[in-house]
Amino acid sequence: MTATSPEGRVLPGLLDTEAIRKDFPILDRTVHDGQKLVYLDNAATSQKPRQVLDTLASYYERYNANVHRGVHTLAEEATAAYEDARDKIAAFINAPSRDEVIFTKNASESLNLVANMLGWADEPYRVDRDTEIVITEMEHHSNIVPWQLLSQRTGATLKWFGLTDDFRLDLSDIEQVITEKTKIVSFVLVSNILGTVNPVEAIVRRAQEVGALVCIDASQAAPHMVMDVQALGADFVAFTGHKMLGPTGIGVLWGRQELLEDLPPFLGGGEMIETVSMHSSTYAPAPHKFEAGTPPIAQAIGLGTAVDYLTAIGMDKIAAHEHAITEYALSRLREVPDLRLIGPVTGEDRGAAISFTLGDIHPHDVGQVLDEQGIAVRVGHHCARPVCLRYGIPATTRASFYLYSSPAEVDALVEGLEQVRNFFG
Amino acid sequence: MYQEVILDHYKHPHGRGLRAGQAEVHHVNPTCGDEITLRVRMEGTVIGDVSYEGQGCSISQASASVLNDLLVGKDVAEASRIQETFLELMQSKGRVEPDDEMEDLLEDAVAFAGVSKYPARVKCALLSWMAWKDATAQALSTAPTEETV
Ligand SMILES: Cc1ncc(COP(=O)(O)O)c(C=O)c1O
Repeated sequence: MTATSPEGRVLPGLLDTEAIRKDFPILDRTVHDGQKLVYLDNAATSQKPRQVLDTLASYYERYNANVHRGVHTLAEEATAAYEDARDKIAAFINAPSRDEVIFTKNASESLNLVANMLGWADEPYRVDRDTEIVITEMEHHSNIVPWQLLSQRTGATLKWFGLTDDFRLDLSDIEQVITEKTKIVSFVLVSNILGTVNPVEAIVRRAQEVGALVCIDASQAAPHMVMDVQALGADFVAFTGHKMLGPTGIGVLWGRQELLEDLPPFLGGGEMIETVSMHSSTYAPAPHKFEAGTPPIAQAIGLGTAVDYLTAIGMDKIAAHEHAITEYALSRLREVPDLRLIGPVTGEDRGAAISFTLGDIHPHDVGQVLDEQGIAVRVGHHCARPVCLRYGIPATTRASFYLYSSPAEVDALVEGLEQVRNFFG
Repeated sequence: MYQEVILDHYKHPHGRGLRAGQAEVHHVNPTCGDEITLRVRMEGTVIGDVSYEGQGCSISQASASVLNDLLVGKDVAEASRIQETFLELMQSKGRVEPDDEMEDLLEDAVAFAGVSKYPARVKCALLSWMAWKDATAQALSTAPTEETV
């Protein structure tokens, strides 16, 4: 669909947001005595369509039971729905096998799981004092701290790619950063603070040259673009359900089958075993080996519905919609005096999270005055403090869009920022 | 929440800049990156000076300016009473309506009453006050008139 922005610009590729928004009850609410909600904090978490809410309710109302542990009807229905959700996720990311999809509680747990598998692994995967771990300066804290912990515990050296002045990864020294000693390279596909989409191929190629594993943090990618883990060429891909229309409390780790067979479990408990004696245990095959204890059942099933919803609209169409909205937002934000974009200035290789500073006005103040007008944005360092340090700013204001975001909401943001400037000017 | 008084202090802060003192502290608010470096100079039991430098939102900056106005020249016991009253007001979640007595004690600082309704911003308002408390305790435990920073 081609639509025209309220002020007359033609925006190709927009979805019919009016129809989509009918599925999201929360988008109708008002805040602060009647201000219409303009929800631009989708990179923090997305809203949930009625279909997902109904799935959660019907699970608890009709077939709530523990999974994999009963012969009664409810247990069988719950198990079937939980495993069906795994099939849906596997198809959504084009995984070669459903057994490569591990349910976790969020992306943070997925990334910690990878770090811990490698810390306890035998050769050839083992991370120890003679080896190196590579990340980037653009990571969310969830993809920094687990690797710092691993490096502190094993003595491995932690290295990272720096950032260029135009908000991209500086890969100019890739051969010095990723070396024969590198065991694992973990990086973000789409930055949650800068919006930058990173060049997967170049990094994967170099990692494969030296025999290092690759882990991709796809938390800001899986909700917004076609995901194909085979095309990415990585060994692990992590993402989180609540940013892609699913409930909180459910995340995913995809891992290559051979690796999941070889690598040791991290958490022990029910469900992940084959046999247990008082002396030792043997483990269930993946993915169950990595899912100790009662999993987030309703949440996994809810994520399955979210993926159905996204697939029905089409991830390619969602990506095109967000691209159009992002281009429009970038062009409108450029009109705001004193606004400095912290992230790529064009829509090329860029996601729908836009960070900026506004003169000397602190992002907290920007966010508060926008909130008074019903506009929800995120302010702060966005769990990516090294990025703020790199660019010499204490914090940013971030607006982030999704499939239901409309050009009118971009306009509301721009008008809101005008008010902020008047207020503190 | 943005009272005129707060905006005035934000735009024209009182007592900003670092001057001599017996103790210096650096406090940060990790959730938002607000920072303050604050020094206290005691003259016996009287607060001789509170000087500061920092970056942050209007609430944290204005609050430091108000603190400087209120506490400099006061006896430390009186200053502590003001600090505790301000803390109580800020932790009231909007439920304390400042009475005359509180207004007399807190002066411009009562303007922050509205901030107490915003849990995310209470820490901003308290940043300089916590730093002051910390620095004062340190200053009192060092030699009475020696300027160390
Ligand atoms: C890029 C990125 N990685 C990881 C995470 C962590 O996700 P979660 O908090 O759901 O574990 C987030 C979201 O906050 C993110 O944006």
